[in-house]
Amino acid sequence: MVSILPLKLIEASAHMRGKKLVGPVNLTLAPTGFTMVIGPNGAGKTTLLRLMHGLQRCSKGQVAWALPAKQARDKQGFVFQSPIMMRRKVIDSLAYPLHLRGVGKTAARERAAECARNFGLSELLESWAPMLSGGEKQKLSLARALITAPEILFLDEPCANLDGRATREIESILRQVQARGTRLVMSTHDMGQAKRLANDVIFMLNGKLHEQADSEKFFNAPVTPEAKAFINGDIVE
Amino acid sequence: MSDYAGGFWAAWKLIFTLDPDLYEIIFLSLQVTVSAVIIASIIGLPMGAWLAVNRFKFRRYVIAVLNALMGLPPVVVGLFVYMALSRAGPLGGFGLLFSPAAMIIAQVIIITPLIASISHQTIRDLWAEYHDLLISMNATRAQRIKALLWDGKRALLTATLAGFGRAIGEVGAIMIVGGNIEHATRVLTTAIALETGKGNFAFAMGLGLVLITMAVIVNLLIHIVGKTERASTW
Ligand SMILES: Nc1ncnc2c1ncn2[C@@H]1O[C@H](COP(=O)(O)OP(=O)(O)OP(=O)(O)O)[C@@H](O)[C@H]1O
Ligand SMILES: [Mg+2]
Repeated sequence: MVSILPLKLIEASAHMRGKKLVGPVNLTLAPTGFTMVIGPNGAGKTTLLRLMHGLQRCSKGQVAWALPAKQARDKQGFVFQSPIMMRRKVIDSLAYPLHLRGVGKTAARERAAECARNFGLSELLESWAPMLSGGEKQKLSLARALITAPEILFLDEPCANLDGRATREIESILRQVQARGTRLVMSTHDMGQAKRLANDVIFMLNGKLHEQADSEKFFNAPVTPEAKAFINGDIVE
Repeated sequence: MSDYAGGFWAAWKLIFTLDPDLYEIIFLSLQVTVSAVIIASIIGLPMGAWLAVNRFKFRRYVIAVLNALMGLPPVVVGLFVYMALSRAGPLGGFGLLFSPAAMIIAQVIIITPLIASISHQTIRDLWAEYHDLLISMNATRAQRIKALLWDGKRALLTATLAGFGRAIGEVGAIMIVGGNIEHATRVLTTAIALETGKGNFAFAMGLGLVLITMAVIVNLLIHIVGKTERASTW
């Protein structure tokens, strides 16, 4: 199978009505690993992930997958900062991405049920998705993004509104997903979480890629004073 | 007060004795309005969805016109349809004037903008909600519209319901194009107008009671259908 990775961003920028949101960014995402995107509110973490995924138009430069963008999209998953729940039952929400790929109704539902088991959602199969709790919605979003076995999964602060137990649950799922060879790119505000999960770190500030390094190096010996301050929990302007 | 009491009494008597004239009027009313609602939905629902998910140059003007058409005075629609269908008009050759078909045409014109407009709003809101997800999942244009229509189906049912409500209670246009002809084009609203004009309040009130009951029943029915579709989302 031909891989869509590596992903290359070359001088990539995102504008909105003439205002620059992010960029220019240069970076390469290698085929394996867990990249953590951190930075203060409004730094451009969400925009960067959306830019990579193709939800945000690249206004300058380019976002280049190893395959054409349309084809590459099929091999990506995205978990949004606030879960988008279709007005369907949990089982139908889970089966929907398979349905889009032409999997038959019965087969899709069987796989959805199996997937739900792996995520501890079995009890909720018949529930109405928009009525789930925040944690359950986030788990469903994750399951729905993973059911098509993407090569790369983007997660935008998936644990932002979750308690400790739910966060641990998600983190353990992510470790398994990574062990299976899925490329992970995630944003977070939780430094502890970043340290626990990341192989490498992208520190965003004011729409720019301010610092990028291996996790160990970044947390133990950050280069820029802003990164140092951010890791220490100081306010970074 | 005795007028009201008499009206109720007359109404119940007509209903329970299965008065053939009354049932003929009820049946024709339903036939005309249900046909109009079906046709208007077939046109209006996809039109609203299409307007919601497509960006094109004059989109905002089309929507503005649609909203303006919602406020069309039915009497003017009646006049317009009358002129089109009358012997000298462009569609005069079909001989449809003063027939149920003419009444259906008038009602379709009156309620299609309403149904399309509500459908547009519903689908637009749902599209704003689903946009990122459906794009992320690489859904094709057809798959997107299908998902939006399906997941918005209850709100869309409400749109057709609103269309039904407007059409069944409409009198001006169908009076003009139908002519309120006994045993041919007399429906509940035109009959009420006629009986009231003749000072026959009891019979008019009876008809009115039937009209209200019918509207309530249809509303309940559709509500129940929506409910069994599952879940108390709203
Ligand atoms: N659609 C948009 N229109 C205008 N400005 C936008 C839009 N989307 C994002 N921005 C701006 O771009 C900047 C980066 O936003 P972004 O959501 O990427 O930040 P973030 O790092 O994800 O923040 P947070 O931690 O709060 O989620 C912000 O200043 C934001 O106001
Ligand atoms: Mg964000």
